[in-house]
Amino acid sequence: MTTSGLVAQGQTTSSLVRGGKQIVNDFSIQIATVNGSGSQSANSVLLRSIFRMGVPVSGKNLFPSNIAGLPTWYTIRVSKHGWVARKTDIDVLIAMNPETAQQDVLSLSAGAAVIYDESFKLNERRADVTFYPVPFDQLTASTGADAKIRKLVKNMVYVGVAAQLLSIDMEWIEKSVRKQFAKKVKAAELNLSAVRAGFEYAASSLTQQNPYLVEPMNATQGKIIIDGNAAAAMGAMFAGVTVVTWYPITPSSSVVEQLIDYMKKYRIEQDGKASFAIVQAEDELAAIGMVIGAGWAGARSMTATSGPGISLMAEFAGLAYFTEIPGVIFDVQRTGPSTGMPTRTSQGDLTFIAGLSHGDTKHVMLIPASVKECYEFGIAAFDIAEQMQTLVFVLSDLDLGMNNWMSEPFEYPEKPIQRGKVLNAKQLEELGGFARYKDVDGDAIPYRTLPGTDHPAAAYFTRGSGHNEKALYSERPDEYENNMLRLARKFETAKTLVPQPILEGDGKQKIGIIAFGTSHWAVIESRDQLERESHLETDYLRVRAYPFTQEIHDFVASHERIYVVEQNRDAQMLHLLKVDLDPAQTVKLRSVLHFNGLPIDARTLTTAIASQEGAGK
Amino acid sequence: MSTPSVSPKPVKTNRIGLQILDYRGGKTTLCAGCGHNAISERITEAFYEMGIQPERVMKMSGIGCSSKSPAYFMSRSFSFNTVHGRMPSVATGALLANKTMRSIGVSGDGDTVSIGMGQFIHLLRRNVPMIYIIEDNGVYGLTKGQFSATADIGSKLKTGVINDLPAIDTCALAIQIGATFVGRSFSGDKKQLSAMLKAAVAHQGTVMLDVISPCVTFNDHEGSTKSYKYMQEHEEAISEVGFVPHFEDIAVEYDPNTTVDVRLHDGSHLRLRKLHEGYDPTDKVQATKMLMESHAKGEVLTGVFYVDTQKPDFASLLNMVDEPLATLSQERVRPRREVLAEIMDAHS
Ligand SMILES: Cc1ncc(C[n+]2csc(CCOP(=O)(O)OP(=O)(O)O)c2C)c(N)n1
Ligand code: SF4
Ligand SMILES: [Mg+2]
Repeated sequence: MTTSGLVAQGQTTSSLVRGGKQIVNDFSIQIATVNGSGSQSANSVLLRSIFRMGVPVSGKNLFPSNIAGLPTWYTIRVSKHGWVARKTDIDVLIAMNPETAQQDVLSLSAGAAVIYDESFKLNERRADVTFYPVPFDQLTASTGADAKIRKLVKNMVYVGVAAQLLSIDMEWIEKSVRKQFAKKVKAAELNLSAVRAGFEYAASSLTQQNPYLVEPMNATQGKIIIDGNAAAAMGAMFAGVTVVTWYPITPSSSVVEQLIDYMKKYRIEQDGKASFAIVQAEDELAAIGMVIGAGWAGARSMTATSGPGISLMAEFAGLAYFTEIPGVIFDVQRTGPSTGMPTRTSQGDLTFIAGLSHGDTKHVMLIPASVKECYEFGIAAFDIAEQMQTLVFVLSDLDLGMNNWMSEPFEYPEKPIQRGKVLNAKQLEELGGFARYKDVDGDAIPYRTLPGTDHPAAAYFTRGSGHNEKALYSERPDEYENNMLRLARKFETAKTLVPQPILEGDGKQKIGIIAFGTSHWAVIESRDQLERESHLETDYLRVRAYPFTQEIHDFVASHERIYVVEQNRDAQMLHLLKVDLDPAQTVKLRSVLHFNGLPIDARTLTTAIASQEGAGK
Repeated sequence: MSTPSVSPKPVKTNRIGLQILDYRGGKTTLCAGCGHNAISERITEAFYEMGIQPERVMKMSGIGCSSKSPAYFMSRSFSFNTVHGRMPSVATGALLANKTMRSIGVSGDGDTVSIGMGQFIHLLRRNVPMIYIIEDNGVYGLTKGQFSATADIGSKLKTGVINDLPAIDTCALAIQIGATFVGRSFSGDKKQLSAMLKAAVAHQGTVMLDVISPCVTFNDHEGSTKSYKYMQEHEEAISEVGFVPHFEDIAVEYDPNTTVDVRLHDGSHLRLRKLHEGYDPTDKVQATKMLMESHAKGEVLTGVFYVDTQKPDFASLLNMVDEPLATLSQERVRPRREVLAEIMDAHS
């Protein structure tokens, strides 16, 4: 348990009354349910109520690849320090799944609290945790809920019990329930009565013995809670996306599902017509084909997928690279194949995407770490794709995409939409024509025209095969080579457009950490642990894009040892870095890997780095 | 088109003032005598005669000798030679971006019926508004003569290999899947193919034309059912195809006793002179039955088998704004500040 030194100050009445050793705003709750039992609303109410009390929270859903019946766990981390990475220890268990309840209890650390259905008879399992048996069925029945929906309402009973035992303000619970069921007043009332039944039962029949409490803070004011996929969808909408194609796959489906909701609400014009097209394709081959066709014809186009879909897109990715067509692909990464662990998180598509396809190809990747970056990179990706005339991949992951994260509110994009080098009929008239693949400006980015441009010199023939500057068929070795070299230079230009890495620390330490994506949250917490526990000070560079920019080279050059943190088995980022870095520098790189399908946690990192540094705890 | 001329060198132009030269493509690199070349010429003529602005046309193709042919007609049109078997998705995407464009796709029997079957079927099912031509030679020309899935059972390769799998009939399939204009012709049948192509230009929805196009290098010998000789001996036209563009006087050719007249979207008329009693091009069941019967008899039925002018095309189903999505202004595609505030509030 990581509870040492976190005893509450005991300022409020509730904590004073209870006395004893208290742990305030620094613990985690795990709700163990059965998939398909409809616990999301209840979990969301708990999460948001704590959030509305001003206390930093994060929520993570650990779910199986299944529609109904298999166990799922939802974890809420409450952290006054604002740590939002996964915390491995569970402090409060709400055991609602008879299948896993025994095991769930056994895996707790001593001192934890367990709220459970009294019929599970868990209290005989251990003596070192606090048990709160609750007659859930009886309490649910008392709300008068229809037999059909009792299963759903039952979840709200645990919200009430937890609220009472953990001192979560009923006022906020009520507000959260009403917001959750905004348009369904009756449902809100019913759910509230279930919450109250749980609350009152806990107040009258249970003796509060656990140290875990929530006390109001002022750390979430003005913040929002959102998942990364919804944020990415917002980004796409505000980027002005017009053509969206997709083939459903967890964990990316909700990017497009959410986008459909937004677009229907905000992108239908007054005459009822849509300023967009969204098409569910027959597979990912078609999804990317449509993206490329639309990008070629001038639309801002995108698709969202995950690893298996990326695999199918490989050939088209090469075509887009060579024909220089823009398009945006959101890859919400998960572990391996479809029969693997499709609902678990990973950062395993990095090397695959970097060179996706045949021949020599290189792709631009943006790697968001936060929901805010999902939104911002969601916008930037379209600008970069059109400016560079190439595909841009946004690599999120399941943890970021499907879980709830606190964030500062998103900012309205002030920069106008960047549509890149597109020639219109008037410009063609002035220029007297154009060469599609010629480097006119020295940045290796050529000019293009869009189908329909009304000028006899506008058209050109787009082909993946050998072409010269004028887009004419050519198999001449020198023309092929020149074009390939220009494409390589174009990739250099991408460095000026992609999000730059972010440095944390004073840059003067010996030890550096390089990480990307969701590992960020574990890294910042781990740096704090390393410093407090082992007096190890570190600098930290968060990589946000590929191609790598000069800052990354400088960071490696200016540190003695660099720990590259990633959520995959094969140290994919480290390998990409090795390709780019001066060979003399690569010996400094060390790997810290986490790849069991669960989001990375700070403790794993701290232990790994501290032991390699020879620093005991 | 035959106005007698008096002046020494009259420059012939179409109704938008362009010459046939404006519709020419690059010099072909296909084999001399390849059926695909003849089809390119018919396409050139059809677009010229219909007076379509070349800049308003997107030429799409997959991979194969056939798929190379867009380079050999209409150089002033925008062209995209995509990847093997996946042209339908690219063509669909391009039309989503700009539904005001016309689109013609050229594919091969390998490109469509083997690797591209999935996308082909979904293109038809969606009724994407484009002309989709299969230049059908029963072999993979570009990879040097392997059998394709339209090769007839029992047909023989030059190498002596015999095909023992049944052919897939793309027309029967297209009718069943939902294409709204389905026909078959022969690259050597100038008159029929021209009429069909012009009608295709006038149709709104997916036009699927399977054009038998002998590969002189790998599949034009005894034993091939897609050879010139075989076609000349076995081709049986279901009907004589006449086409009257909407800008020509319709009454002139009208002959109610022996023709079926289909009014197309732009007001043009597709006229089928019935050779088969009671042939009705709007009857799916009859069309399919005739195709099956001709297979049984070892005949290649040609003509326009099916036309549906009622089914909405994919672009209309999506209810998009009138202008191309590709070039909508920022004001129309980036929601206002208040929208962001509203969504932020919902998540607070
Ligand atoms: C993914 C992929 N697989 C295989 C090929 C090789 N290939 C090129 S053309 C072709 C067959 C073309 O046959 P068809 O469409 O009938 O065209 P034809 O040359 O007969 O006109 C094949 C298999 C390829 N280009 N791409
Ligand atoms: S190989 Fe056959 S299909 Fe290809 S160009 Fe020659 S004749 Fe035509
Ligand atoms: Mg062929």
